[in-house]
Amino acid sequence: MIALDGATKRYNGQAVLDDVSLELGDVGVTALIGPNGAGKSTLFGLVGRLIRPDAGSVHVDGLDVAVAPSRELARTLAVLRQDNHIAARLTVHDLVEFGRFPHSGGRLTIEDREHIDRAIAYLDLDDFRGRFLDELSGGQRQRAFIAMVLAQDTKYLLLDEPLNNLDLRHAVDIMRLLRRAADELGKRVVVVMHDINFASVHADRIVALRDGRVIAHGTPAEVMRPDVLAAVYDVDIDVREVDGALLGYYYR
Amino acid sequence: MGVLIGVALPVLAVASLFIGVSDVTPASIVAGGPDGDAAYLLLVSRVPRTVSAILVGASLAIAGLIMQMLVRNRFVEPGTAGVTEFATLGMLITLVFWPGMPVFGKMGVAAVFGLVGTWVFLRVIRQVPVRQLVLVPLVGIMLGGIVGAVTGFIAYRLDLLQSLSQWSLGSFATIMQGRYEYVWIAAVMVVVAWVAADRFSVIGMGEEFATNLGLDYRRVVAIGMVVIAVITSAVLVTAGMIPFLGLVVPNIVSLIIGDNVRRSIPWVAGLGAVFVLACDIVARTLRFPYEIPLGVVVGVVGAGLFLWLLLRRGSRAH
Repeated sequence: MIALDGATKRYNGQAVLDDVSLELGDVGVTALIGPNGAGKSTLFGLVGRLIRPDAGSVHVDGLDVAVAPSRELARTLAVLRQDNHIAARLTVHDLVEFGRFPHSGGRLTIEDREHIDRAIAYLDLDDFRGRFLDELSGGQRQRAFIAMVLAQDTKYLLLDEPLNNLDLRHAVDIMRLLRRAADELGKRVVVVMHDINFASVHADRIVALRDGRVIAHGTPAEVMRPDVLAAVYDVDIDVREVDGALLGYYYR
Repeated sequence: MGVLIGVALPVLAVASLFIGVSDVTPASIVAGGPDGDAAYLLLVSRVPRTVSAILVGASLAIAGLIMQMLVRNRFVEPGTAGVTEFATLGMLITLVFWPGMPVFGKMGVAAVFGLVGTWVFLRVIRQVPVRQLVLVPLVGIMLGGIVGAVTGFIAYRLDLLQSLSQWSLGSFATIMQGRYEYVWIAAVMVVVAWVAADRFSVIGMGEEFATNLGLDYRRVVAIGMVVIAVITSAVLVTAGMIPFLGLVVPNIVSLIIGDNVRRSIPWVAGLGAVFVLACDIVARTLRFPYEIPLGVVVGVVGAGLFLWLLLRRGSRAH
């Protein structure tokens, strides 16, 4: 499990994450929701050892993120941040190949190559293998990044707003794919997302953050309630059941 | 491109051995025997010159490539990041305080200054967003300008401008046996870069990707900084400044085969060597029997190529 214990991060005296104790990464898909500035990305930064907490600790399967060997963590946990901008001209294959770096250190074994081929096939990128990233559409590029973290073959997969800048169809594709990765490959997926309805339909659990604190943590049925959502977003959200799924209606 | 480099490199290298004022041809070497003038000249002057052109070209191009990976910006090289200017300042300071210092010591001091320069540059551009493609090299050029001005002022006050201009205009004219061997140190750095190629590719994807993949970002950046500083100073003490090379060569290679360093590094090294060899031959033959400084030829050809690259890239930008 990914365990945060009293994790706190302040910027200029302002707590972005305020004494958060939380267990994440159960089997299946966990969605992390909350308004802008709730601390979702900061939380990912702490878990992904990109940001050091001011107080508290983060453990992944008992490994303290602050001191555990980075390469060992990289074989347990993959983090894909939002807005990935790679200036280098790499092909899809290059990118996915680098996902094997924590295992291979650059020298690919037959097993590494199998993982690469499988990840590329899984994301339906065979036809784009030799293409440079800057020659792909936004949806294809996002798939290439996900193929990379899949090839990393970690137990935990953390994705920060993978649906950002994707149109409806590609957003649905990515969510279905993450669902499949959790069901078929046994990945423990944690996704930051803005669209509560995607979270409700695809996730097993929802964690709601606001002002650096966990406001709610439970199944979609427990979190998708007008009173809970109002506490999270400060907006009146009407929740309706459509075909067995709870959907929030907040457009008017 | 592989065929081009594979053919051009040996052809130019052989041509470089037999071009010059003195009569050195296969025939004259055979006629003079192993102790003849031609054979002597070949070993003492032509071979060192050819070897240095190849090593300088390859290593400077690699230094440019590594710098571009560290900074994640295609428009930087040691010459546009202030590194060369810092190294030159180091050279000048050795000249002022230890005029008799052996070349190896001078190179060491220049390398330390180059390292400081790289550090300062990386430190300053941390404040500049990565996507500000043009701002990053501009900052580097300004840094270089400031350090260059300080160096110029010291040289002017101490009457050392002539020595300064000697370094600032790259040339292989004074290369001889016993005076070029330091480029082999640059060659060692090329090997280091080659071994760490994958790490530099990952670094080129940014700190977040590198950390996610379990790489010690700071350590790889430190290795890259040392590679850049040592190559820059080794080239500075042997040939002087050679502009644009580290910029143009990796960019051309990137256009054709991309930025996976393990794949591109042989092409960058090869093309860099071909480029400098070709420019040196032009520098020697254009006003035969006189020589034009290599830096001038490289500057003109390199600037032209760079302009072409810029306009080409601009037309593709969305």
